[in-house]
Amino acid sequence: MKSLFAWLKGYWCTLRRPSLHFSLGFLTLGGFIAGIIFWGGFNTALEVTNTEQFCTSCHEMRDNVFAELKDTIHYSNRSGVRATCPDCHVPHKWTDKIARKMQASKEVWGKIFGTINTRDKFLAHRRELAEHEWKRLKANDSLECRNCHNFDFMDFTKQSKRAAKMHSTSLASGEATCIDCHKGIAHQLPSMSGVPGW
Amino acid sequence: MSYRLLPLLLLAVFGIAVASDINYPLDAPAPDGRRPGGTLSQDLAAPKLSSTENKDIKRERNYPEQPPTIPHSIRGYHLDKNSNKCLSCHSRANSAITQAPMISITHYMDRDGQALAAVSPRRYFCNQCHVPQKDTPPLVGNSFKDIDTVLEQETSTPNRNP
Repeated sequence: MKSLFAWLKGYWCTLRRPSLHFSLGFLTLGGFIAGIIFWGGFNTALEVTNTEQFCTSCHEMRDNVFAELKDTIHYSNRSGVRATCPDCHVPHKWTDKIARKMQASKEVWGKIFGTINTRDKFLAHRRELAEHEWKRLKANDSLECRNCHNFDFMDFTKQSKRAAKMHSTSLASGEATCIDCHKGIAHQLPSMSGVPGW
Repeated sequence: MSYRLLPLLLLAVFGIAVASDINYPLDAPAPDGRRPGGTLSQDLAAPKLSSTENKDIKRERNYPEQPPTIPHSIRGYHLDKNSNKCLSCHSRANSAITQAPMISITHYMDRDGQALAAVSPRRYFCNQCHVPQKDTPPLVGNSFKDIDTVLEQETSTPNRNP
């Protein structure tokens, strides 16, 4: 313990000592440029993990949830605007995004140990996985839905009667949020026994 | 002389006979089924897909026992052993909240007419009987008349059996 302390102290002394060979200008400018490179690299790496291509590079995603998405309106529709995995599953705001990315380290764990590496294992976990997402969307008032579907700009006259009625009452009053009714819109559902409204 | 080549020879003769008879109807008109016109070897374009009628207005039933057709779009509604989206509006408990018509009481009975607490498993898969409709001309015509029309015709025709 004592030797470790002494070893650390050596580094601390080096850090505290003024630079002998490098000028202040070199150190500040060099630090600035290195900062840009490191931050840029970090951000680029973050963006790479935020693409559909990255998500579907694992067979767990490609063969289960991504295959199911392909049937839905969020993949193929009349106007060709579509949602990719991170649009719904990763928050757009930086702090929330980093928080979600840290949570995702558990998914790396799951990948390494093959928690859902077969169809049967995936089906066995589907309810649990779905509940995580329902909970997240319920807690942030369906933020990822609302990134595109903005309530303020909904034209109820263009909606079907049933949709207009629900949206102008429960959703408008804040009593319900998107995910309360719109479960399983992009993927198939697990057994819904005990889920309110089902 | 062996007869080994005889089948080949016969086949060749038959082939020449078929090929020379240009009136032979190899490309016969196709039966007028769902895509009328054309011949057997012709590929006709499939009719365009039309969108589901989504007016939310109940349609008339052609006969009293007809399962009512669905007057709205059901795209993306899950209906499998895990979940039933129809019942989240049309079940007994939910129809009061959503004001959607409750599914018939017969759907809460077993086949002996005994009441059940929940929807009968044999009635669970709604779109076995109930289907949405598309705004498109019928592929196959029919001359069905509903019972009111038949009765009207019967009574208005004079000199029929009493």
